[in-house]
Amino acid sequence: MELDIGSSVLREFGSEQSLLSKPDGSATFMQGDTSVLVGVYGPAEVKVNKEIYDRATLEVLIQPKSGMPSVRERTREQCVRETCEAALLSTLHPRSSLTLVMQVVHDDGSLLACCLNAACTALMDAGLPMSRLFCGVTCAIDAESQIITDPTAQQEKESRALMTFAIDSKEHNVMMSSTKGSFSVKEMQQCIAVSQKASERIFQFYRDSVKRRYSKIL
Amino acid sequence: MRETPLSNCERDFLLKSIEAKKRLDGRQTYDYRNIKITFGTDYGCCTVCLGKTRVLAQVSCELVPPKDARPTEGLMFFNLELSPMASPGFQSNRQSELLVTLNRQLERCLRNSRCIDTESLCVISGEKVWQIRVDVHVLNHDGNLMDAASVAAISALSHFKRPEVAIQGRDVTVFSPEERDPVPLSVYHMPICVSFAFFQQGTYLLVDPCEKEEQVMDGLLVIAMNKHREICFIQSSGGIMLLKDQVLRCSKIASVKVSEITELISKALENDKRVRKEGGKFGFAESVAKERITVLTREEAPLEMTDVQATADEIISKADAPPEVVPSPVIVATGTGQVGEGLQSTWGLEDDDDEEEEMSDLTEREKKKDEVMVISDSEEEEVVILNQAGQSKCS
Repeated sequence: MELDIGSSVLREFGSEQSLLSKPDGSATFMQGDTSVLVGVYGPAEVKVNKEIYDRATLEVLIQPKSGMPSVRERTREQCVRETCEAALLSTLHPRSSLTLVMQVVHDDGSLLACCLNAACTALMDAGLPMSRLFCGVTCAIDAESQIITDPTAQQEKESRALMTFAIDSKEHNVMMSSTKGSFSVKEMQQCIAVSQKASERIFQFYRDSVKRRYSKIL
Repeated sequence: MRETPLSNCERDFLLKSIEAKKRLDGRQTYDYRNIKITFGTDYGCCTVCLGKTRVLAQVSCELVPPKDARPTEGLMFFNLELSPMASPGFQSNRQSELLVTLNRQLERCLRNSRCIDTESLCVISGEKVWQIRVDVHVLNHDGNLMDAASVAAISALSHFKRPEVAIQGRDVTVFSPEERDPVPLSVYHMPICVSFAFFQQGTYLLVDPCEKEEQVMDGLLVIAMNKHREICFIQSSGGIMLLKDQVLRCSKIASVKVSEITELISKALENDKRVRKEGGKFGFAESVAKERITVLTREEAPLEMTDVQATADEIISKADAPPEVVPSPVIVATGTGQVGEGLQSTWGLEDDDDEEEEMSDLTEREKKKDEVMVISDSEEEEVVILNQAGQSKCS
């Protein structure tokens, strides 16, 4: 089955950094209507039972918009935590805690990708040492075997398979993948290739936003 | 993580400046901080920024059986959460004193004031009513959470629309927003809280205390009022004695503030309604101030996809082909299974054994194979046979 990858778009996206006064770093990331707000605390003191003697303890909390956090949030937390752990140089802050608190502001598809992007932007804002940056890209394969990047909630619902990849900025390798539905090896490789392409634009965006902040030119 | 405590110097400085009628952020005694109300893309979602304090409210609804005592009334449920994002001192899933107080106050302010018509939420008396759930998330704590939460909750409730329902006999049909326009809740009035902080046993009074001021205050008076100047609830905490005049003066100040805030909420609601009607862009993404250096946005654009196909093909060609042949499982007896041929066991056997012995071993194994087919239905059985083989080898 041949996949059509001619018409992939990323929705309008943007971010705002340092919008909360209390956390050490904060950011909101918006992809279309999907929006996530993140606050980062740390490095700070850690509870004795969570202390790790040679690196910082990273804690990720995702708060849903209504109701209590459930299993779905836990899996997302784990995906984000493992990606952040791979990117952060946590050995530079042994016996301390890093806390990432995420609030889902609106879910209109590609939520995990948006969480990853928001987490990276907030970590940059907090100025924590990282070996690389990362971004998240969601691809959906619809019934006609077309790859849709950055799908909306409606497109996600109609899709046959859904894949989210975390891509690193150094070698554009895959740091994390989370998939749903069935697909062939070839389809997956194509989705990875598409995500790597899409990640370049997000990394360019990170670079532009940092440049804008520190050159102080609008 | 623990909350950063206030040092003695800071405390003294704050109290002295309050005595000198000065505030940290340059406000006057009766000044409120700037309030910004923005609505999200879906109905019943609202963020309120009160200075640096930031609160997010979301209203949702579901059909539930009513309470036995009131079969014709819908239910209201309030849940205020102190997210650890708001302050390092807050912990998720822990009932702190502040959390309980705020939840109770919100409930008293909005449910007990009967500002929402709960009877209109009834679908079938005694069987199905709407439960309206209000989730308030505190995102940033810079004092006066109660006022921010009450403004956010009432704005979200006024913005919310529940799905339309049709009743035929005992069947209830809930229509999706595409099928029939959702209906707004009937809001009778908008109770809004105004907080007053008292210092030096009630000598000094400040409206809308910020977080540092809250840490040095002696007492707090919260008045909830609507624009008709009806007091919905009043609470004094901290154990200070207030004079009758002080309370009356506070209620007068509250009435002014409440009318201002109500005006602001109705303006924000009208704005949102207008934009939705005109088909323009709305939601949080639109309300972000783009002229800040911390904000950057990118327009929707197609991705350059020239060599994607080639890259994917390259990766696939480089990768090892997956094993095509999958050995079919051998079912030895019911309830067991095995994949592959099964090689000769080398455990305890040496390769340079006598040929004769090997021969006998082979015949033994052949014999055994038949035996296994018939009798073996557990691992223990096999062990027994192996032992037999060992014994025969020794002999």
